[in-house]
Amino acid sequence: MAGVRALGASLSGSDTIILSLFIFPSLFLARTHVNYEVKGDVAVVRINDPTSKVNTLSVQMQTEMAEVMNEVWANNAVQSAVLISSKPGCFIAGADINMIQACNNAEEVTKLSQEGQKMFEKIEKSPKPIVAAINGSCLGGGLEFAIACQYRIATKSKKTVLGTPEVMLGLLPGAGGTQRLPKMVGLPSAFDMMLTGRNIRADKAKKMGLVDQLVDPLGPGLKSPEERTIDYLEEVAIEYAKGIVNKKIPLRKEKGTMQSKLCYYIMSFELVRNQIYKTVHGKVMKQSKGLYPAPLKIIECVKTGVEQGPTAGYLAESQNFGQLAKTPESAALIGLYHGQVACKKNRFGTPQREVKTLAILGAGLMGAGIAQVTVDKGVHTVLKDTTLTGLSRGEQQVYKGLNDKTKKKNITSFQRDSILSNLTGQLDYSGFENADMVIEAVFEDINIKHAVIKEVEAVVSPHCIFASNTSALPIKDIAAASKRPDKVIGMHYFSPVDKMQLLEIITTEQTSKDTTASAVAVGLKQGKVIIVVGDGPGFYTTRCLAPMLAEAVRVLQEGTDPKKLDALTTGFGFPVGAATLADEVGIDVAAHVAEDLGKAFGSRFGGGNVEVLKTMVDLGFKGRKSGKGCYVYQPGLKVKEVNPEIGEILEKYKMTPNPAVSSDSDVQYRLVSRFVNEAVLCLQEGILNGPLEGDIGAVFGLGFPPCLGGQSSTLVISSSKCCFRPFRFVDTLGADKLVEKMRRFEAVYGNQFTPCQLLLDHAKDSSKKFHK
Amino acid sequence: WNLNVQTKSKKTLARPGVKNIVLVEGVRTPFLLSGTTYADLMPHDLARAALQGLLHRTGLPKDAVDYIIYGTVIQEVKTSNVAREAALGAGFSDKIPAHTVTMACISSNQAMTSAVGLIAAGQCDAVVAGGVEFMSDVPIRHSRKMRKTMLSLNKAKTLGQRLSLIGSIRLAHLSPELPAVAEFSTAETMGHSADRLAAAFGVSRVEQDEFALRSHTLAKKAQDAGLLQDVISFKVPGRDIVSKDNGIRPSSMEQMGKLKAAFVKPHGTVTAANSSFLTDGASAVLVMSEEKALAMGYKPKAYLRDFVYVSQDPKDQLLLGPTYGTPKVLERAGLSMSDIDVFEFHEAFAGQIMANLKAMDSDWFGQTYLGRKSKVGTPPMEKFNLWGGSLSLGHPFGATGCRLVTTVAHRLQKEGGQYGLVAACAAGGQGHAMVIEAYPQ
Repeated sequence: MAGVRALGASLSGSDTIILSLFIFPSLFLARTHVNYEVKGDVAVVRINDPTSKVNTLSVQMQTEMAEVMNEVWANNAVQSAVLISSKPGCFIAGADINMIQACNNAEEVTKLSQEGQKMFEKIEKSPKPIVAAINGSCLGGGLEFAIACQYRIATKSKKTVLGTPEVMLGLLPGAGGTQRLPKMVGLPSAFDMMLTGRNIRADKAKKMGLVDQLVDPLGPGLKSPEERTIDYLEEVAIEYAKGIVNKKIPLRKEKGTMQSKLCYYIMSFELVRNQIYKTVHGKVMKQSKGLYPAPLKIIECVKTGVEQGPTAGYLAESQNFGQLAKTPESAALIGLYHGQVACKKNRFGTPQREVKTLAILGAGLMGAGIAQVTVDKGVHTVLKDTTLTGLSRGEQQVYKGLNDKTKKKNITSFQRDSILSNLTGQLDYSGFENADMVIEAVFEDINIKHAVIKEVEAVVSPHCIFASNTSALPIKDIAAASKRPDKVIGMHYFSPVDKMQLLEIITTEQTSKDTTASAVAVGLKQGKVIIVVGDGPGFYTTRCLAPMLAEAVRVLQEGTDPKKLDALTTGFGFPVGAATLADEVGIDVAAHVAEDLGKAFGSRFGGGNVEVLKTMVDLGFKGRKSGKGCYVYQPGLKVKEVNPEIGEILEKYKMTPNPAVSSDSDVQYRLVSRFVNEAVLCLQEGILNGPLEGDIGAVFGLGFPPCLGGQSSTLVISSSKCCFRPFRFVDTLGADKLVEKMRRFEAVYGNQFTPCQLLLDHAKDSSKKFHK
Repeated sequence: WNLNVQTKSKKTLARPGVKNIVLVEGVRTPFLLSGTTYADLMPHDLARAALQGLLHRTGLPKDAVDYIIYGTVIQEVKTSNVAREAALGAGFSDKIPAHTVTMACISSNQAMTSAVGLIAAGQCDAVVAGGVEFMSDVPIRHSRKMRKTMLSLNKAKTLGQRLSLIGSIRLAHLSPELPAVAEFSTAETMGHSADRLAAAFGVSRVEQDEFALRSHTLAKKAQDAGLLQDVISFKVPGRDIVSKDNGIRPSSMEQMGKLKAAFVKPHGTVTAANSSFLTDGASAVLVMSEEKALAMGYKPKAYLRDFVYVSQDPKDQLLLGPTYGTPKVLERAGLSMSDIDVFEFHEAFAGQIMANLKAMDSDWFGQTYLGRKSKVGTPPMEKFNLWGGSLSLGHPFGATGCRLVTTVAHRLQKEGGQYGLVAACAAGGQGHAMVIEAYPQ
């Protein structure tokens, strides 16, 4: 998403370096974003948006770039050019999204795209070779710019990433990317890049042929490492630019390996290419359920360009770009992006004390998972369990997480060891007096939680915060056992902690603002997207999920097969089906939650019979973790079969479906409307701070990211992660329509489908929207 | 040139209550390019030659020292305590204990300062310290898989077990593990790091080649003038007597300029010609308390005074030891840069030396990384490595430290200076510096 981080930052911008000491630029036109200096016979074109932390291809940037390039081309003293950013950590992070959003219709966006295409065509056809010197993010339009240049040199810095993240915003690379990338890296890699939007590190980019040369980042010298690395990159790039002019450096390298030669040869057959289009199309349809138009348009543009030539290709690209920019899907994805950016900020300010030592109670999946995302952030992490076997399993989980990163060469074995030196595993409370925060992840039982909070408070220092990683127990009930309830807070992580981005922080009326600020700061450090919600049974995420799962159980009891149930839910935009979700969460957890919340909220949370879940738990069908749940899970096997033994259970609790509310569409709406109604109720009751956090919570807490278990699949459609957003859903469908359906279900099932007041208000007045 | 250097009558660094420790003598075998005349020896043979040379030159009775310490980097597994094997082989009394230390390129510095420590603590009066490195033969291991199979084979009881183990050997098992001059923590080779360091300080290729050429030219001059008195002759079994270093090859800037970058390809600046080469060699010094030396009738060469060890980031500051060590040891000794008459810095790479000089000359670096108010200041080149250095004389990792200290002592005598400074960098991001005071002549 970094490619569009631009838009978040471009609004804020203040801390920037303005290079005012240029000698060469025209004295009459004070250029602020692009400047150039001639070194020998090489024009060094420097990009720096003084109003932002990142460079974006804004109107201003483009205008100045065009001016500068025209001067470079007109200057007889110049033989070649180097394009470089003065910002450490950012080459060009992408196009300016605001510029696209400001367009009134698709035609205007198409025109923008065509202007971009024209500009890069001039770059591509430049009579003087242009070397793109890349340090930091080179994304979206930035990458399209770079690949239009004649040569690319990138630093091996960790911050240097290349990619085309447009698909994540429901767009496509609209300035020649769909046309140039396949030529540069081949069809399969080009599709992979454009359809996943993933970031590619410099060394990988070199292997793919995306960059021509690498430069090592430097340590401190006579300047800071960052500054000196940029200077060095410039020096090296100038040498290469001269070398290209002198013909010492060839521009088109013969592809080295036998394998890649073979690959190119194979690609020359139309039959093979068609097979690729077909396969990619199939994968996209499977993963996006056809709900997102951008991936399909990307395939179309590539295909048009390769099969019908550049004129048709560029036209298809600009037109599709224009169309996509005005789709509701794109608007929604951009909205989601903005939301995610907002949830990556600490609106509670800087905490008085930084958490330097974090203790975690319970080395189970959750506890060890929290340790995993903490220990590599320079925080001393204490993992405490009550048994040696439990502790050993937990420490192994942390080790494995880091070792997997080592195997993937994200970190070295030395870094792994050095990170692990921050982890202390123990069975007692020794050293807890140094803890700044304790997160408990012990069994979900209020008595155990009370015992633990008392034990902890007996040993920790007064400033230490106590956080509970409970998924449903109200924090104020837990805090009842505390001597200092202002230091008690809820931190609800989602499993698996290292993959799920959401952290739901729960504050009680007594929780101090500083405690909240500290919890948010820790969560942000752990890389989480954070929503802060009010206290209550099930908080927000669990509370919305519970009625939907209750409905799902009823649907199963009415004779719907788990696979069918999954198909109905995913077909509606959920990233995983309801049955699979229950297996992932754990049937025991679901049963526990259903019972607890059932007690708290009464008949509104009814529906399916809790006994179904309880019977499953009794038989050991606890979901994925136990190998059996709604499905049977076998290690190494990707295809999962329905657990045949649940048939009997469902038979025992069989219910007769009412044909008036049992069509596929009705079943979908029954599931969804209960979720949505509860979400709106959370907003109405003030559990939620706003609809945005509600949508973010639903997306990142319930959606299993596509990378989960999908490391091997190269073509993951990232946009499928953008799943169901309850508030956006109501806005789009219309509250009145939803209420109408719910009334119909209410007539059959009763108060479980009674719309809440806020939903009714929105139904009455169609001008009321959750999102502006 | 000794006419230019005036002996300043400065205060001595002797301190009440602190033993004066002296360097009585220092010798070394000729340093040879690995794979040349020493090729068929073993490391302890070289160390033995240095020890015998020391015995011969000092006339030291073979039971007169209390302890022997040797430094080495790449260990021959058969002689892992190479100090002991060499001492026995050199004819020292078997009653003298010996141990081996390792600290990368400052291993023999560590051997010497360990000796100083033993004497200062009153445990010993006379210690032989030295270092040895033998790059003509390095341990190349079987792959881990193969080793595992072979170890299991030892334990296998039946023929069937043995056959199944042998049958499990695949082609991949046979690829050997080669030792590399690379950091374990970062997996970066030292040459690569040196190239990045040179780039970080903006050291040009020309500057590096010029410095390398200077080193070779000065070494040649010193060799021709017979100044390298620490070199002993060594009759290599089955070969001729060796009495000269063989890596000194003054070239021209044109020739050096033709070489391609050796590590950062293709735009790097560190080449084979401006790096130290793989070298075989050994050194030895005799360190004593002043009173013991005088009692035995020796005329010491120099006092070994303050020393420091430093360490920093092994990735980006791998070879900056001298920059960190120099100001620290000067401060300890209460001296300033201008008090030093003789500088001997270990030359790992020309780029590394130039980078250190630039770092010491930078206010920004001094303030940002050394916590100083201003720059360290640079040693004047007319006092710096005047008899060549590791680039030209060679750099047997474990043996270089003793060469540096002995050279300082000899130069102080020759040039009439009072204080000398040794500084060296080492793998692991470590460094060392020592102040040496001339013994009144």
